[in-house]
Amino acid sequence: MSPEKVLVLSCGALAKEVLDVVARNRIEHIKVEFLPASLHNNPSLIPDAVEERLSRGDYDRALVGYGDCGTAGSLDAVLEKFGVERLPGSHCYEFFTTSDVFATIHEDDPRTFYLTDFLVRHFERLVWVGLGLDRHPELMEEYFRNYERVVYLSQFPSAETLTDARRCADKLKLRFEHRHVGLGALEATIVALPSLTVAKAGV
Amino acid sequence: MEEDLDLSALSDDDLVEQMQADLYDGLADEILAGTEILLSRGWSAGRVLEDALMAGMQIVGVDFRNGILFVPEVLLAANAMKAGMVVLRPLLAETGAARTGKVVIGTVKGDIHDIGKNLAGMMLEGAGFEVIDIGINTDAEAYLAALDEHRPDILGMSALLTTTMPYMKVVIDEMVDRGIRDDYIVLVGGAPLDKEFGDAVGADAFCSDAATASETATRLVMERAGVA
Repeated sequence: MSPEKVLVLSCGALAKEVLDVVARNRIEHIKVEFLPASLHNNPSLIPDAVEERLSRGDYDRALVGYGDCGTAGSLDAVLEKFGVERLPGSHCYEFFTTSDVFATIHEDDPRTFYLTDFLVRHFERLVWVGLGLDRHPELMEEYFRNYERVVYLSQFPSAETLTDARRCADKLKLRFEHRHVGLGALEATIVALPSLTVAKAGV
Repeated sequence: MEEDLDLSALSDDDLVEQMQADLYDGLADEILAGTEILLSRGWSAGRVLEDALMAGMQIVGVDFRNGILFVPEVLLAANAMKAGMVVLRPLLAETGAARTGKVVIGTVKGDIHDIGKNLAGMMLEGAGFEVIDIGINTDAEAYLAALDEHRPDILGMSALLTTTMPYMKVVIDEMVDRGIRDDYIVLVGGAPLDKEFGDAVGADAFCSDAATASETATRLVMERAGVA
């Protein structure tokens, strides 16, 4: 009997993390695909992009590697149509951190701008240029006047990423904090897909 | 090199058209200059606001909704409109023109995002509303105190986070408990909201963007007054 075809369709911003989970857990019989990470800045485009890929139907089961991600339930409406699950929570900050811990961090001070490894790596393109601050630094006040701190929710921290994250906070003129959260619900959800790992499949 | 356009050499119609284009491009200095030129030609502040600035922002709103413009461009356009409003606001107050209505607006508890709220406030002001902005991270007590103090026609609540938007129901439920819910029109808005959410929390309407907020507010106030 041929193995079940499982598709993990994920945000490109999670590429490094998803591939790490797949490799470390020796997950086989799984096809991993990514949508452009730039959709992060244009969430209204995410549901159509996901629907277009899912409608090809070349899988038995699928997991979508997005949270709600600012789609206001539109992504969930698409997923319901296809009977497909997504990662838990509103956004990557939440599923990396897990919901309860994220709620605690956010309630501690809602005036928080969050960074992940991906956002640290691509801060210039996605945050600085994406918000138009390279061309219009005068918009800084509009965007960040209510923020007090940057919290870097790290996945694979290193001295270099910590330095870079601190530099991002400096650029935004915000206080810096670091919380190591790892992969949280991202890893748990992928690993929990039944019959996927070599061990579970008994191969 | 492109020569600077002499705005004062344009006819009224061409100047208004040019101002709408300048607003779209976020050119605050040009909007300020155009506003002053139209006023010097005898235009009323209300006419400049409506024909040049609000009409221009409507175009910006439509293109934002259609994914042609993004947040940075909308913010620049809003800043350009603000430049014109600095001149127009005192003139509008002087003329004592009847207000469309009064709005108390704020971002809900736990949420610090105010770009959408500020845009909505500006468009509401442009539509003739007196806008009392009570800021961010607003709890039910603060909303209710503002309603009591200012007696507005409309309460506007904004949220950007799925974790904070349920707080709108807390505020509306408190209004129901105090028997004042029907004294006000309640509008809700914010990126993660939709019409179903607005209905579920008991709002009168969900507004998908700032331009829609001003249109909806005007329509509902007129309906309530029996004008429409």
